[in-house]
Amino acid sequence: MSRYRAIALLPVMAALSGCNLVVLNPSGDVASQQGDLVVISTLLMLLIIVPVMALTVLFAWRYRQSNSTARYEPDWDHSTQLELVIWAAPLLIIICLGAITWVATHKLDPYRPLDRIAADKPIAAGAKPLDVQVVALDWKWLFVYPEYGIASVNEMAAPVDRPIRFSITASTVMNSFYVPALAGQVYAMPGMETKLHAVINQAGTYKGFSANYSGAGFSHMRFAFHGLSDADFGGWVAKVKADGGALDRNGYLTLEQPSENAPVQHFGKVDPELFKAVVNMCVRPGTLCMSDMAAIDAAGGLNAGGLAAVNGLMKASALTAWPDGRSATGLCTVAEAVDAAAAPIAGADLRPSFTPSSAPSTGYPGGAPRLANP
Amino acid sequence: MTTTVNTLRSGDAPDFYVRDEVAHEGGSTALGFWIYLMSDCLIFAVLFATYGVLSTSYAAGPTPKELFDLPLVAVNTSMLLLSSITYGFAMLAMERGRTGQTQAWLAITGLFGLAFLGIELTEFAHMIHEGAGPWRSAFLSSFFTLVGTHGLHVTFGTVWLVTLMVQVARRGLIPANRRRLMCLSMFWHFLDVIWIGVFTYVYLMGVLR
Amino acid sequence: MFDISSLTHFVFGRLSLESLPYHEPILVATFAAVMLGGAALVAGLTYFKLWGYLWTEWLTSVDHKRIGIMYMILGLVMLLRGFADAVMMRIQQAIAFNGSEGYLPAHHYDQVFTAHGVIMIFFVAMPLVTGLMNYVVPLQIGARDVSFPFLNNFSFWMTVGGAVLVMMSLFIGEFARTGWLAYPPLSGLEASPDVGVDYYIWALQVAGVGTTLSGINLICTIVKMRAPGMTMMKMPVFTWTSLCTNVLIVASFPILTAVLVLLSLDRYVGTHFFTNDMGGNPMMYVNLIWIWGHPEVYILILPCFGIFSEVTSTFSGKKLFGYTSMVYATVVITILSYLVWLHHFFTMGSGASVNSFFGITTMIISIPTGAKIFNWLFTMYRGRIRFELPMMWTIAFMLTFVIGGMTGVLLAVPPADFVLHNSLFLIAHFHNVIIGGVLFGLFAGIAYWWPKAFGFKLNVFWGKLSFWFWVVGFYAAFMPLYVLGLMGVTRRLRVFEDPSLQIWFVIAAIGAALIAAGIGCFLIQIAYSVWKREELREVTGDPWDGRTLEWATSSPPPGYNFAFTPVIHDNDAWWDMKKRGYKRPLEGFRPIHMPSNTGTGVILAGISVAFGFAMIWHIWWLAALSFLGLLAVAIGHTFNYNRDFHIPVDDVIRTESERTRQLSGQVQA
Repeated sequence: MSRYRAIALLPVMAALSGCNLVVLNPSGDVASQQGDLVVISTLLMLLIIVPVMALTVLFAWRYRQSNSTARYEPDWDHSTQLELVIWAAPLLIIICLGAITWVATHKLDPYRPLDRIAADKPIAAGAKPLDVQVVALDWKWLFVYPEYGIASVNEMAAPVDRPIRFSITASTVMNSFYVPALAGQVYAMPGMETKLHAVINQAGTYKGFSANYSGAGFSHMRFAFHGLSDADFGGWVAKVKADGGALDRNGYLTLEQPSENAPVQHFGKVDPELFKAVVNMCVRPGTLCMSDMAAIDAAGGLNAGGLAAVNGLMKASALTAWPDGRSATGLCTVAEAVDAAAAPIAGADLRPSFTPSSAPSTGYPGGAPRLANP
Repeated sequence: MTTTVNTLRSGDAPDFYVRDEVAHEGGSTALGFWIYLMSDCLIFAVLFATYGVLSTSYAAGPTPKELFDLPLVAVNTSMLLLSSITYGFAMLAMERGRTGQTQAWLAITGLFGLAFLGIELTEFAHMIHEGAGPWRSAFLSSFFTLVGTHGLHVTFGTVWLVTLMVQVARRGLIPANRRRLMCLSMFWHFLDVIWIGVFTYVYLMGVLR
Repeated sequence: MFDISSLTHFVFGRLSLESLPYHEPILVATFAAVMLGGAALVAGLTYFKLWGYLWTEWLTSVDHKRIGIMYMILGLVMLLRGFADAVMMRIQQAIAFNGSEGYLPAHHYDQVFTAHGVIMIFFVAMPLVTGLMNYVVPLQIGARDVSFPFLNNFSFWMTVGGAVLVMMSLFIGEFARTGWLAYPPLSGLEASPDVGVDYYIWALQVAGVGTTLSGINLICTIVKMRAPGMTMMKMPVFTWTSLCTNVLIVASFPILTAVLVLLSLDRYVGTHFFTNDMGGNPMMYVNLIWIWGHPEVYILILPCFGIFSEVTSTFSGKKLFGYTSMVYATVVITILSYLVWLHHFFTMGSGASVNSFFGITTMIISIPTGAKIFNWLFTMYRGRIRFELPMMWTIAFMLTFVIGGMTGVLLAVPPADFVLHNSLFLIAHFHNVIIGGVLFGLFAGIAYWWPKAFGFKLNVFWGKLSFWFWVVGFYAAFMPLYVLGLMGVTRRLRVFEDPSLQIWFVIAAIGAALIAAGIGCFLIQIAYSVWKREELREVTGDPWDGRTLEWATSSPPPGYNFAFTPVIHDNDAWWDMKKRGYKRPLEGFRPIHMPSNTGTGVILAGISVAFGFAMIWHIWWLAALSFLGLLAVAIGHTFNYNRDFHIPVDDVIRTESERTRQLSGQVQA
């Protein structure tokens, strides 16, 4: 029976060789280490899976009812040695796999800066990673290159062999940023910033997409990832600069509106504070940034006067449709809110206690993404 | 459910069945109710955990320090604690088979329960009036949900208590009613324990923070 | 000003004519078919005057056996719905290439995959598993019913109520378009303002009440109602796994209830638990729902492990190898299942140490699971294996499940998960364990216990046909998904760009067609067996030379299960009784104390559906009314003190002499 199985598998193997298993044959160093891990873990487990499958078939055949020559021991139900073996064998494999897991998980932590370009290539001293800010919009991708002051939609490029540092967020719902040829995915979540470090080792155009369902236009939420030589990358940057207009906050608010199958767009100029504002959900003028909100909370909140002022501000920014007569106030920043708060109370100086760097990450179970600090 | 295993033996074979069994009604009720309480406890565990995560997310809004009126909450806590004691007296009276006394203590328990609910509702109304409703911030969402869920439980407990009083009035302290009073007793004390958690974790620690 | 529109809004809430999907041909056709089928059913029941019988003997029944059978019927009916969704997805994905948008718009497709997941887990797998536990456990422990028979009936009808709400969403409004776990912010008011998510919430809440209560009920039954002599370590393995499953249910479903309440508050009251703004935290939902969700998969698989244990031992004609380690393995899995939830979202940016911890705990679960596989293996060793249908399913399970287990452990390695998370590889993995484990187990269980429930065996020919269609269909449908996953294809996609992927989706669609044939053969098998039931008749009550107590009584068992409560001396109680010359008692019968039927469960569940419907459509007056109705009926029920009766001794004697006659007829024949 197992022989037939092997023969049956042959056409499958043949078919497989014809298709592109990008997860196992990627073009970026991080993804290839992850792909190797897939193979190593599988082989390790096959050590026990194959014998079990073989024994299942063997026993089922050998001890079939019609085979009266096989031994029959209806009351044999215990053997301490055998029990030890059947608990120990999986345990040993899991110990090996667990050790591999611990090491690999730390080594391939997406938050950890790269320590090599490829297996045989260390990072050049003083090399600065390429920063790319990624925003998952409904339903397209925005890439901002702070170093070059440019941005693009549904297309990104990176020079070969230069580490890339992604900062990832989303506008409304959860997505997952994934370029299989480059590196494993990381979620893109509104109001939060996640990180990914990766490098592309071969020039070429690769597929990128959202790997987490995010609504109606999800299927078309794709982009092209171009791995380019340094010269070509320079050319790309120049082209984007030449192509596009500016992406300011108002432009972003237009771009943010849901659209499907969005075409590639280039922006030659970008508001440098845009990404920070997106993460803090305060692109729209007159909304309180989450980082400032967190700073106020960390400082122990506001007193009654400040509350009234900020309440007006919050109503203006509240996204949830809540039926009350909300009206925007003239308050746009925390400083103004605090001034309004402090005004009626003589001598109360609240401002020093607001050190934005003290903004806490709200206690995510399991140490999750950090709220971006301004 | 079963009682004696008959020792009569037929031949070598041991006895394979019970010949004279007596059915006991409701033998699993106490266990079943305990398990229910544990599952309810898990709901509260989730609400506590949620509160733990969100308790400092004021969204630049009011904080526990400004909102909580500790003396009022202390009075409220004493209402509930007293109601637990009076329920205990009701159970003692039930054990002695005194229907009238049981009913009286149950009534007092119910009144304490209502007082608790009244004070809680006053507190809620006051907070909402000040603009600190559950929609104001994640902290307030989790506060109102945790405390409100406990309040809902007390409300149901009170409805149940009244129902049981009617049933005791109609049928007296029959075994079925005793069992029900026992279950409500566990429920009532359980709510007390949860409230102690709420009082400490939400109110005291909220103000101390 | 009280105009007509505010009046309609008051009366109907959000409900309007536009809520009916009469512009969607697929739904109109389905609706027509359902209506025709329903009308035929109603006409048939009326014509044969079966309404009264149905009401008094089935709908209001508190007999665990009838409730068990009703659970199975619910599960199988919903399987057809869930599978129809699966076929629609497979067809869409097989044709949506080269610029084609397929035949399902996003609005419809997104509902289909959400409904598929929700239905298959909550309204197929759960009812089938609960049904088998309900039917078998009291028989295996020598009890006459469960601890709380009324509650059992109520639980069942609440599960039906949830299913009714899901089915309603097909024709009135829409279902959620969020994926089966409805992650916020997508399921929040902002991104999903329509009724879909509300249907999801209320269907699960109504059904969840039933599930939790049935869990409490079965724990009590197993702890309190075992026959004398049956110590914990003498319980049949299926009972053990059922106990662990119900512990998991009671310890996890309240979490689901709570988290769905929080989501509803966000949607109905405007709180900020899982919103993006005002301090809300969507990731908390993801954590909480998986703290329920991971134990949930063990809730499904553990009873199936129990079934495989019973089946392997029975059909190998051998005691189960390593009973003790089997029990400990089950308990260890039960506990560990709470320590692994984060492996469902390694990619949300937790730190490396947190990810490693949850990855390794996940791997550790494979150790007791592996031990179980070995135990079945060595139960077969030196046995005399009869390849009846249940055993065939078991062998197929052992060969299939280990593959699913392997890919599962692979996904537990965080860096590997980064490249496979949310991919079709993951889809292939969990269908591999849920079909290869849970479904194969359920089919084994159905074939195994069917003769017990109905007094005749299932036809073997159609059963084998169904078996081969299922097994081959499963491999054809899901092995391509493993490949696609390795090609970096993600889940829940509606259209594709890369034409080279199409062949794999076509193969998967063919697999789905084979599975459809398997389901068809299964239904034919049942119909054919019912038709030929006299030829398949089984009067001994012990068709497989069984080992546990359920085989000691007649098939189908009398309402009271056992005329005398059995006394247990060995793990394989019935085997022991047969071996040591047990003689069936023929005299000394007594009246038997039994619970009475009641319609309260049906009524409460009916009102709950009305309440859910009212909440979904914002029909506040109906919500208030039905809520008060629920309270009133529940309180009214407690005023009924006459909940039981005694089966007169004459009836017991008549039933038992009939069995005596049947058994002696068997000896002569």
